Amino acid sequence: MTMNALPPPENRTKVVEIKDLVTHYGDRLILKGISLDILENEIMVIMGGSGSGKSTLLNHLLGLLKPSSGTVRILGQDINAISEVEKTRLRTRMGVAFQGGALFSSMTVGDNIMLPLKEHTDLDYSTMSIMARLKMEVVKLSGFENLKPSELSGGMIKRAALARAIVMDPRLLFCDEPSAGLDPVVSAAIDELIISLRDAMGMSIVVVTHELESAFRIADRICVLDRGDILMVDTVEAVRNSSNERIQNLLNRRLEEATLDPDDYMRRLTIGI
Amino acid sequence: MPKRLVQIAEKTGRATVMGVAEIGYGAYLFGESLFWLIMGKRRRQPVRLRAVMAEAMEFGVRAIPIVAVLSSTVGAMLAIQGIHTLKTFGAESRVTFGVALSVVREFAPLITGIVVAGRSGSALAARLGTMRINQEIDALHVMGIDPVRFLVAPALFAMLIMLPLLTLLADFVALTGAGLYIGVQLGMDMPAYWDRVIEALSTDDLGHGLGKSAIFAVLITLVGVVNGSLVEGGAEGVGKATTRSVVHAISAIVVTDMLFAFILTR
Repeated sequence: MTMNALPPPENRTKVVEIKDLVTHYGDRLILKGISLDILENEIMVIMGGSGSGKSTLLNHLLGLLKPSSGTVRILGQDINAISEVEKTRLRTRMGVAFQGGALFSSMTVGDNIMLPLKEHTDLDYSTMSIMARLKMEVVKLSGFENLKPSELSGGMIKRAALARAIVMDPRLLFCDEPSAGLDPVVSAAIDELIISLRDAMGMSIVVVTHELESAFRIADRICVLDRGDILMVDTVEAVRNSSNERIQNLLNRRLEEATLDPDDYMRRLTIGI
Repeated sequence: MPKRLVQIAEKTGRATVMGVAEIGYGAYLFGESLFWLIMGKRRRQPVRLRAVMAEAMEFGVRAIPIVAVLSSTVGAMLAIQGIHTLKTFGAESRVTFGVALSVVREFAPLITGIVVAGRSGSALAARLGTMRINQEIDALHVMGIDPVRFLVAPALFAMLIMLPLLTLLADFVALTGAGLYIGVQLGMDMPAYWDRVIEALSTDDLGHGLGKSAIFAVLITLVGVVNGSLVEGGAEGVGKATTRSVVHAISAIVVTDMLFAFILTR
């Protein structure tokens, strides 16, 4: 997906800079020293199969996990080195739409969307209400502000989560599996919405997904993760035409039993025995 | 050493470490809640009065009917037992003294604590556990909203206000329940009964009961929050955390009650 009237990549600011990121869960090595830059006003799709490390990488980008080593710089700040006050300030410039929405079930949709405004601004209620309705208009969810999240469909929950994520007009938006579990029509509508957020609001958007169709539709660049390593970071065309066997396996939805390491397999079977 | 013994020792060790870690986590949450109460405004993240009021409504006001019913029953039960026991010594008229002290120092805080632990401590664990598995806690983090300030501190302060108030209500209702029975059995009218109750009690007795209820408030909240925030394994995990929270909170209340009595009444 190409963009109009943007400077070439080398002239664009890096909104995310990941350098030599290593993560362990206990003794297990999850991310094996990955490095990745994400540029302003681009949609970067992080793609990979189950267990590839994409959710772990997202948690690092959100500052929810501490790495074993390496750095993660978000909007120029090392998210693991700054104070809590600075982290809070940084987080008001980021928006996150979680896979299941993570809307607060005790609040109405409108209150959910207004929550960041209530907590981080001194705006009066009517101004916040107008701002929330504006964002609901953007995600095509007008008129549903008084419903509880349990009364919404899957697609509407994703839209409400997106509305909450963009209510503070963040520079950087993260979307975790935005089209997972949706039918193709709703999924395509969510994809269009993500593209329009980049174009209309000038956001940089990081999308974590394993949905190939969606990834190819929205991505400016794709980062293919596999077993904690980055296989490739390039445009949609380049990824599609890659000759890398593991990428082709992922694109063609083939399991990789043939490449299973027998020693690793035995170790997993006998662990703790 | 046989393998089985090693496994038992390992399991015990792990459980002990986990228990100590949970107590430490509870202490951390208490300190953090106090921090937000004092520093919240300066950090532009105050503990919202509206949130405290909402929790107070849930923990306190909605618990009034059940606390009232159980307290009046316990008060009447103490009067029945008291008259029955004192009859042996021909000292039935002294029952008011025993009932007043037992209710205010022991039974009102204990019954109120147990009811609130079962009702609100479990609800707190279930709520936080569900929020955790639905990534709502993560959502708070990434929105720059501290979950302790937003979820724990209001619950803790609401409980600290409402549990002593509920205990005070339980004192009154239990003593009234006892008074009604004593009135019928010993032919004592209510003004005379209340005169004797007031004569029997000192502010120290009242402080003893209310002080305990404040400690129970902290225990119930922290046990609920710790269990809720450590939930793993979906809906089943939430169920386990809820049960665990009730058992832990009631055990903590009973043990603390005994320690309190031991330290302050010897």
